[in-house]
Amino acid sequence: MVSMLRKQEELLSKIASGNGHGENSPYFDGWKAYETDPYHPTENPNGVIQMGLAENQLCFDLVQDWLLSNPEASICTAEGVNYFRDIAIFQDYHGLPKFRNAVANFMAKVRGNKVKYDPDRIVMSGGATGAHETVAFCLADPGEAFLVPTPYYAGFDRDLRWRTGVQLFPVVCDSSNNFEITREAVEAAYEKAQEDNIRIKGLLLTNPSNPLGTYLDRETLRSLVSFINEKNIHLVCDEIYAATVFMGQPDFISISEIIEEDIHCNRNLIHIVYSLSKDMGFPGFRVGIIYSYNDKVVSCARKMSSFGLVSSQTQHLIASMLSDDEFVDRFITESAKRLAERHRDFTWGLSQMGISCLKSNAGLFFWMDLRHLLKEQTYDGEMELWKVIINEVKLNVSPGSSFHCANPGWFRVCFANMDDETMNIALSRIRSFMSKYKEAKMPVKKLCWQRSLRLSTSFRRLDDTPCMSPQSPLVRART
Amino acid sequence: MAIEIEQPSSVELSKVAVSETHGEDSPYFAGWKAYDEDPYQESNNPSGVIQMGLAENQVSFDLLEEYSEQHSEAFTWGKGAPGFRENALFQDYHGLQSFREAMASFMEQIRGGRAKFDSDRVVLTAGATAANELLTFILADPGDALLVPTPYYPGFDRDLRWRTGVKIVPIHCDSSNNFQITPQALEAAYKEAEAMNKKVRAVLITNPSNPLGATIQRSVLEEILDFVTHKNIHLVSDEIYSGSAFSSSEFISIAEILESRKYKNSERVHIVYSLSKDLGLPGFRVGTIYSYNDKVVTTARRMSSFTLISSQTQHLLASMLSNKKFTENYIKTNRERLRKRYEMIIQGLKNAGIECLKGNAGLFCWMNLSPLLEEQTREGELALWDSMLHEVKLNISPGSSCHCSEPGWFRVCFANMSEQTLEIALKRIHDFMQQRERQRKPISSQ
Repeated sequence: MVSMLRKQEELLSKIASGNGHGENSPYFDGWKAYETDPYHPTENPNGVIQMGLAENQLCFDLVQDWLLSNPEASICTAEGVNYFRDIAIFQDYHGLPKFRNAVANFMAKVRGNKVKYDPDRIVMSGGATGAHETVAFCLADPGEAFLVPTPYYAGFDRDLRWRTGVQLFPVVCDSSNNFEITREAVEAAYEKAQEDNIRIKGLLLTNPSNPLGTYLDRETLRSLVSFINEKNIHLVCDEIYAATVFMGQPDFISISEIIEEDIHCNRNLIHIVYSLSKDMGFPGFRVGIIYSYNDKVVSCARKMSSFGLVSSQTQHLIASMLSDDEFVDRFITESAKRLAERHRDFTWGLSQMGISCLKSNAGLFFWMDLRHLLKEQTYDGEMELWKVIINEVKLNVSPGSSFHCANPGWFRVCFANMDDETMNIALSRIRSFMSKYKEAKMPVKKLCWQRSLRLSTSFRRLDDTPCMSPQSPLVRART
Repeated sequence: MAIEIEQPSSVELSKVAVSETHGEDSPYFAGWKAYDEDPYQESNNPSGVIQMGLAENQVSFDLLEEYSEQHSEAFTWGKGAPGFRENALFQDYHGLQSFREAMASFMEQIRGGRAKFDSDRVVLTAGATAANELLTFILADPGDALLVPTPYYPGFDRDLRWRTGVKIVPIHCDSSNNFQITPQALEAAYKEAEAMNKKVRAVLITNPSNPLGATIQRSVLEEILDFVTHKNIHLVSDEIYSGSAFSSSEFISIAEILESRKYKNSERVHIVYSLSKDLGLPGFRVGTIYSYNDKVVTTARRMSSFTLISSQTQHLLASMLSNKKFTENYIKTNRERLRKRYEMIIQGLKNAGIECLKGNAGLFCWMNLSPLLEEQTREGELALWDSMLHEVKLNISPGSSCHCSEPGWFRVCFANMSEQTLEIALKRIHDFMQQRERQRKPISSQ
């Protein structure tokens, strides 16, 4: 029987048989814990609250109102059914012109109209997930690498590497300077790669940053643009959180703005990944966008988009919605306001308990500093604390190590995927945990239950049929 | 967009990016371009190019439109759109359960209930294009080979090879036996791959066949299954035209063969399906992989992250496809209308003196114009194709773009236009043939 199984394994490709799918990271383990015991206000009030999922659920009321007033945006209503045939047939990988125009318009508005986007450079993809993979396929050969500042989104390990064979080479940023990306750090990483005989094809930035919630200032961006021009490597900017900048904060500066003002920059090196999953809160609709200033990349990515086009039904809906200037303006403003309020309430609540967070101005999460609670300043110490947070405090937060963070003790906490009540319950749980901790003055380890949350192996079934995928929205926030 | 003079870009793109494996330089696509520049329109451009190179199904849209209108509540997330948020957030790569169940049920109905499908084995992808590529990534390593019977869908050159680095080795089929796949041809292709030092990982069949427009016989399916079992390789059965067989009994799915064998050795079999052809919804990007192999299901599901189906579309189709009354009527009506269309074009071509392969499925017929070729070569075929495109103003697909080993065959689509347009296309062919006939006769005898 064993030999049969071994034969089975060889029947699949190396890509299929390996771990490139990335699901063996602790990033996903917390979700499993949540899945088996999900919080519900009435049915399971002691369940685990999901704070590991970067979703934006704060403005659905605005969207729902818009939908009711715009029935023709759906091809299934009496008002919209005239579009049904033409939309259902439309599979041109250029995408519906009105869709591209609307997305270009939206992207510009998100950036305060300081830059313009050419609809002919808008290429569709299967979410930002598909966009990143496609860009990697276009820019790099197997074995070549992208520089990526740490800490970075855990999904990159899969999206950029799994099927492409491309590598990620970390640019280590740490807490000594608030995780800022410095020219020195990037140069050092580049040099190290040269020493290790690894060919660097590009630098990947997520701006605003996941998991930090910060965004880059003009000087840093200019410096990085000059770096990539010097080394003649690509710059891929993931700007999927561009519209999550909190109201009242300094304007977000897009890479587009920088290259507008920099006539020496080789535009063929500049590419943007975008999506509506975070800014609008529509991850299910799979609206990924590649925007490249390089004609060949636009052309190639467009051909590749055949493998992940946006449903024409969804293109039609989004085209209608995002060409409504009044709605878009209102949405962007209101979303920025609600995110700011939620962030403020949460971080203030934590500060009252002696828990500080990295100062951040954007994102659907904050970067929480729990180093003072670690029994030992190691990754093991971080994992121990994390188990306690899941098992005893009953919150799923994401440990910094899953983002390749250089310093143990940091956690990413998502705040936009729940309602105010749930947020208050989360805060009260942390509050009571912290008071117990202060009273006991015991190392955190001793407070944890002997629950069987083992890392990586126990929840890892080869057949994951009954479980939901790592990205499933598990918190039913009530509006 | 302005045409810019390119600066020499000193940063290279990847090898994949600069390769030609995207396949768009094939005549298959050149014809579309000619159509795009001069598209036929009944009133505005009656002498434009008629598109017969696009395998679309437009014959049954009225049924879909009617259904949408009558059930708009279900699709628009209900009154007040309370379901909108949940739907917009849903990005689970397992897909909406109701949708998977509806797909499994629909696939069963198409096969007349002769095969069962487990909704937990349904993996969703954005179109069959993505499904075929994804399966290739899972079943083969770069440099390995897939065996594919010729003639085959030109898109496979890109879908199976481009980013995967996998090779296609043809299983040669010809008109001597109506292009059926034989054990000898299978064996020859396998040996050819071996001779090139390529490891064969799978056989990929399209059943019903594109471009032949014919189903694969039961005995042939059995032989293919025996072959892959003997060689210990996979079998991918692309059944995207299964609902377009002119009668339900004509199409036999590999699923039926597996059931009759009590699923012995079935873990090497994977079925690709889509709603682009049977339901005429290519824009919605609805593809599926149905695998009998647990590890393939798990891995495919994870990989589908790169190519999920919009939850909005899953929601719409879950409703539609779980309405058994609607689907039964649709399947039956669609088959009937396609059959009628097929008979119309076959008769029309016959009147023009043109023979076709006997077909029983699909959105196209396989037309034999080899008697018209100046020379029985690929060049001769392309010259004729060029005439058809620029003189007769019909975009049809030359067999060489489908890797057909015999020159002179053409795929002609008939379901992507109205009956009136088809009449006009047939008239043009008729006139063309008459003209050629006149040209052949010496002048003195006229």
